[in-house]
Amino acid sequence: MAETRNMVVNMGPQHPATHGVLRLVLEIDGETVVGVVPHLGHLHRGLEKLAETKTYHQALTLTDRMDYVGALLNNLGYTLAVEKLLDIEDQIPARATVLRVCLCELQRIASHLLWLASHALDIGAMTVLFYTFRDRETVMDLLEDVHGARLTPSYIRVGGFPEDVPPVFFEKARAFIKDFPSRIDEYERLLTQNKIWKGRTEGIGIISVDECVQYALTGPVLRAAGVKWDLRKAQPYCGYETYDFEIPTGTVGDVYERYLVRLAEMRQSLRIAEQALDRMPDGPVMLDDTRFTPPPKQDVYEHIESLIRHFKLMSDGYKAPAGDVYMSVEASKGELGYYLVSDGTEKPWRFRVRPPCFVNLQALEPMILGRMVADVIAVIGSLDIVLGEIDR
Amino acid sequence: MTDHASIVDLLKGQVGDAVLGHQVFRRQISVTVDPDRIVEVCTACRDHEGLRFDMLTDLTAVDRLPADPRFEVVYNLYSFPHNRRLRLKASVPENGTIATVEGVWKAANWLEREVYDLFGVVFEGHPDLRRILLWDGYVGHPLRKDFPLHGIPQKVQYR
Amino acid sequence: MGVEAKLPPVLVTRLEKVVGWARKNSIWPATFGLACCALEMMAASASTYDIARFGAEVFRPSPRQSDLMIVAGTVTKKMAGMVERIYRQMPEPKWVIAYGACACSGGIFNTYNTVQGVDQFLPVDVYVPGCPPRPEQLLAAIIKLQDKIANEKFSDRPDTEGRLIA
Repeated sequence: MAETRNMVVNMGPQHPATHGVLRLVLEIDGETVVGVVPHLGHLHRGLEKLAETKTYHQALTLTDRMDYVGALLNNLGYTLAVEKLLDIEDQIPARATVLRVCLCELQRIASHLLWLASHALDIGAMTVLFYTFRDRETVMDLLEDVHGARLTPSYIRVGGFPEDVPPVFFEKARAFIKDFPSRIDEYERLLTQNKIWKGRTEGIGIISVDECVQYALTGPVLRAAGVKWDLRKAQPYCGYETYDFEIPTGTVGDVYERYLVRLAEMRQSLRIAEQALDRMPDGPVMLDDTRFTPPPKQDVYEHIESLIRHFKLMSDGYKAPAGDVYMSVEASKGELGYYLVSDGTEKPWRFRVRPPCFVNLQALEPMILGRMVADVIAVIGSLDIVLGEIDR
Repeated sequence: MTDHASIVDLLKGQVGDAVLGHQVFRRQISVTVDPDRIVEVCTACRDHEGLRFDMLTDLTAVDRLPADPRFEVVYNLYSFPHNRRLRLKASVPENGTIATVEGVWKAANWLEREVYDLFGVVFEGHPDLRRILLWDGYVGHPLRKDFPLHGIPQKVQYR
Repeated sequence: MGVEAKLPPVLVTRLEKVVGWARKNSIWPATFGLACCALEMMAASASTYDIARFGAEVFRPSPRQSDLMIVAGTVTKKMAGMVERIYRQMPEPKWVIAYGACACSGGIFNTYNTVQGVDQFLPVDVYVPGCPPRPEQLLAAIIKLQDKIANEKFSDRPDTEGRLIA
């Protein structure tokens, strides 16, 4: 009898469907995956080490470049952690808190749109990309009006925002919120009842609730498995408990339900953003605390005291009390946590990010073992990974 | 806070003197535990009815150079039934080892590999303790405080 | 009938010019994203910015079918060897755009595992600064590259044995 051996296939790091530079070494028996060894670190830039050499203010820019798809959410998590460390979390101006919620929900929509584009493209539905990118550009324009950058805003600062949003933002945001539900309907018409789409996603990559908890999966992956858990409800921050929204969940926990959950989440994000716009209070957007926050820019130009304060804060930074805090937010991928250890100086002694993608990707192996090679692509897409955050 | 005190009391009732102390900072509780009994403590945290910390949110380490023992392994736990968090800390000396908690939470697998890669803390009994972000054969552990930011010149090895 | 009916039956030009004209209008980039900048590269290829207007929309997943490498993102030391290998797999003639601050110079990541500029191991034709650069800047870079390709001479690009490639 002829001897048969399993074949080893190398997938990535240059592969169009690995969402960056992920490398998988698959062991396959015919078309069936019997083993997988993921290789990470092709985008490991030493971000945590670099952040430990920067002041708390400077380290903010690094958080943009982790999950570059949802940079504002990264900013928010870091900022909240530092505010907790400085014990000023209760003093943030009301307008800043509401604005944070509004902008972060828009950013979540942008992130989910990019996920839908690349996920559908991987599976072979190319048209979706052009529809979602059209709408993503609308959100991008909106956010660009606010913070000037498209991907790397560094806009949410310790204490609030450096500048208020321009008046045109409100008008444009309302127009977007009014228009966007019909766009989601469009995606649904393209995919939800599409036979090929369902064939490629239904019953694929199933993971049970127990396994989700064992692997510490969070975000849409956990919710699709049927757990009604969202940090915005479980441990609210930024006043999320006062907003009216639902947590969409699934029952089976396959690739198709993760798609449905994310689509439903976009609608919920719109609801939250609209409520935030409705209740937008007037007032300052930056906490005025001489110890930690810079003075308004106009004062820096006109008063020597403000100039000195600005200069001291920007060049020396501020000292944070010794201690350690963990603060997490519900990012578009799952629980994004920051663990900061301070030794009482201006720089974090330890800057640790709890990356949702890194933890979620670990469940790839149980999801794809025994499945076809083509399902690997669908599962990777449904996990919504960003390599910048996995490798840091 | 009473909530925090009850966690410590429950934990002490389960593992006794494996709890070395606790500290509350910004309404967050950290419990320092005996590194030799970490698996026992973690299993108690996961299984006891009053604790039920069923999710290992995060596992990382802190380099406390020049203190001795040098490293502190930090476990961030979350309880779904009680909706609360707990931080466990265990000290590990340089060249020392600590038992793996991979058997308690599967999530620990990659997180421990990352700590091994970047700090050089060895987790005894880990099923697959290899470097995860840097390549095999890399000299040094980048997140150690005595490792230069710009690194040590070395050649990449591919597999 | 189209424009060819209006043309004289014989056109006289230099071969170099015809080849350059053909090459510049059908640049095929490799689908190869590294980090944040890859998103802007995607945006450039999608609806709003539409890179197809410049004949460069055929992103090929295989380096063997492409003639432009857009290095979009941070190149780490672990990745550098693979970037180089992908470049070697591309057939001649080939061009490289260093897209973004990290590919140009390492950007803000001056650490133990980042390469300080992709030009340390690849010949770069166009540098695009920015963190990340806007999609329009990628289009501008492609127009710049088209100018360069149109004016290239065969003698600029000898093969490994010194022969001219036509």
